[in-house]
Amino acid sequence: MIVTAAPSRSPRHALNDADLRSLLLIRHFERALLGLFEQGVLSGTTHTCLGQEYIPVTLSALLRDDDFVFSNHRGHGHFLARHPDPHGLLAEIMGREGALCGGVGGSQHIYHRRFLSTGVQGESLPVATGVALKLAGTGALACAYIGDGTWGEGAVYEALNMASLWRVPLLVVVEHNGIAQSTPTSAQMAGTIAARAAAFGVRHHHVGSTDVGEIRQALAPLVDAVRAEPSPLVVEFATHRLGPHSKGDDTRPPEEIRRAAESDWYDRYAEADPERFARIDREQRELVERVVAEVSARPHARPGGAA
Amino acid sequence: MTRVSEHLNQALHDLMESDPSVHLLGEDVSDPYGGAFKVTRGLSSRFGSRVRSTPLSEGAIAGVGAGLALAGDKAIVEIMFADFVALAFDQITNFAAKSTSMYGRPVPVPLVVRCPTGGNRGYGPTHSQNPQKHFIGVPGLSLFEMTPFHDAGELFARMFGLGRPCLFFEDKVLYTRQMYRTDDLFRFELVDDVARVHLDGAGRPDCTLVTHGGLVHRTLDAMRALLLEDELVCELLVPAQLYPVPRLPGLEDAAHVCVVDDGAEGGTWAAEVATALYPRLWGRLRRPITLINSADGVIPAAPHLEREVLVQADSIRAAVREALS
Repeated sequence: MIVTAAPSRSPRHALNDADLRSLLLIRHFERALLGLFEQGVLSGTTHTCLGQEYIPVTLSALLRDDDFVFSNHRGHGHFLARHPDPHGLLAEIMGREGALCGGVGGSQHIYHRRFLSTGVQGESLPVATGVALKLAGTGALACAYIGDGTWGEGAVYEALNMASLWRVPLLVVVEHNGIAQSTPTSAQMAGTIAARAAAFGVRHHHVGSTDVGEIRQALAPLVDAVRAEPSPLVVEFATHRLGPHSKGDDTRPPEEIRRAAESDWYDRYAEADPERFARIDREQRELVERVVAEVSARPHARPGGAA
Repeated sequence: MTRVSEHLNQALHDLMESDPSVHLLGEDVSDPYGGAFKVTRGLSSRFGSRVRSTPLSEGAIAGVGAGLALAGDKAIVEIMFADFVALAFDQITNFAAKSTSMYGRPVPVPLVVRCPTGGNRGYGPTHSQNPQKHFIGVPGLSLFEMTPFHDAGELFARMFGLGRPCLFFEDKVLYTRQMYRTDDLFRFELVDDVARVHLDGAGRPDCTLVTHGGLVHRTLDAMRALLLEDELVCELLVPAQLYPVPRLPGLEDAAHVCVVDDGAEGGTWAAEVATALYPRLWGRLRRPITLINSADGVIPAAPHLEREVLVQADSIRAAVREALS
C-alpha cells in the first residue's frame, strides 16, 4: 500500500499558542540535533521526527497525567509533547548533567514519570498491554507509538490478540510514514493495517489530515471509548518523514522527498497566521538555541545522577 | 510427605493469598487443567482474574508480566516447557532485565518466569532442554532453580525481593520427587542458602560435587554407588541461586571439586561455577575442577538414546572415579 497524506491545504482549525509552541519546540529541537551531529558533537545515532510532530501534539491534549505512554526509537516528539523539558532530553542525548536517565538510556531509552521508550521494534506493545491490564477500569489508558515497519514484528500481533481478548485500554498510535528505515512500505508490508486490526476485532481509525484541531475532534470520542469500555484502538496516521531515518542516510529519490516536504504542516500553519506563527517560531528557535548552549556547557552526566 | 510439584503449588497459593498484587499468567494454567504439570492447580478458582490462561504467545506473556511489574504489581509467568523461553528472549533480556538499570536509576521489575526444564521423560529435542546457560551473564537478570531442599515460598519471596526479573527453573522429573528427602545414607543442611548434603559423621570428603536442583537425585545415586562400591566419600552442594553464582560454603579444604550440569556442553553453568571458584581455590586444588555436562547433541525422544545424551548417575560416578584415579 502506498500512503499519501492529504494534499496541502490551509488548516481549518486555528492552533492555540500552546499547541503551536509544542509543534515548534519539537521542530527546532530536531533540527538542532541534526546540526549538532553535523558538528560532530553528538555520539551514537538519532532518529528525528521532522514532519510528524503534529501527531504527539494532537494526542497530548487527549492524554491524561495517569496515562502511560510508550515510545520508540523516533521518540523525541512523543516526549516533548508530553513533557516540555528540552533541557532534560538534550542532556540525556548528550550525556550531560541533568540527563533524564543519567545518560545511560540516550535517545532511545527514556523513562520519565509515565513515559517510557525502548529501542527494539514491537517490544513495547506486550509491555503496554500489561500496563493497560493494570489500568483497566481506572479510566487511564496505555498509549503506544509504533511505525508501519513495526508491523513486521510478531510481538505486535501477540499483544493485539491479548489486548482485544482481555478488553484492555490500549491506544496504539501508528505513525505510517510509508518507509521503514530505507524500505518502502510497499516492499515490506502485505495487506493493510486496517485489515490487521479488523482481524483481531480491534477498532481502527485512519487519519489523513495534518490539522491538529480536526484530528483531535475526530479522535476525542474514540479515545474516550478506549477508557470507558475499555477496549483497544489502533489509530493510523498517514504521515511523512521529512528527514532521513537517522542522519544523512536518506536514499529516497528527490521527488519523493519533495512530496514529503509538500505535506509539511509548517508552511501551512505559517501561512494561516503569519504574524503569530513567526513570533512563536522565533521564540522556540531561540529557546532551543539557549538549551543547546546551556546543556553543551554542562559537565558529563555521572551514573546514579539521573534527574 | 510432599511432592515437589505439590509444594510449589502450595507456595503459589500462599503467595497469592498473602500478596494481592501478585498475578500469574501462562498457557493452560487455569482450572480445571491447572497447568501442564499441575503446579498452578486451584489458583484460578481462588484468585479469579489474577490468574490468566493466555494465548500461545511466550514473548507477549513475558512482556505483559513485565508491564504489570512496571505498573506496580508483581507477576509470575509460566513458560509451559523451558525450551519455549527462547520465544521470550527479547522481552526478558532486552526489556525486563535491562529496564532495571538502563533508565539511569534502579527500576524495580518484580517478575518471575517459571520454566519447567529437563529430560528423561522421552519428550524429545524441543521439550527436554536445560536452557539456563543462555541466560547467564545478562545484566539485571538472576537465575534460580527449584531444589528438594529449599522452601519454594522463601525462594519466591527472595526473587521478588530482588526487584529484578528472575528465571526460576523447575525440573520436570523433580516435580514427582519428595521434598526434604535424601538417600538414607546422607543428611542435608542449609548453609548460607546452599544445601549441603553429606555423609553423617564423615571427615573430609574425597570429592565435593556442586549441582543444580534437577540433578540432585541422579547425583545422590552416584554418591551412593561411589561410597558403597568405590569407597569414595562425596559431599554435595546445591545452590538455589544459579546466577550470579553464590558463595559456596566449605570448599577451602576440598580434595577435588566436580560441577554437574544437565545443560549441553559449551558455554555452560558448570563452567561459570568453575570460573567463580578458581580464584578462590587456586593453589589448593590438586587438579582442575571436573565439569560434567550433557553431551553436545540434541536430546533424542527414544528413551535409550535420550539416556546416552543426558547426565546420568553412572556418568557422574564414572567421571568422579576417573578424576580421582
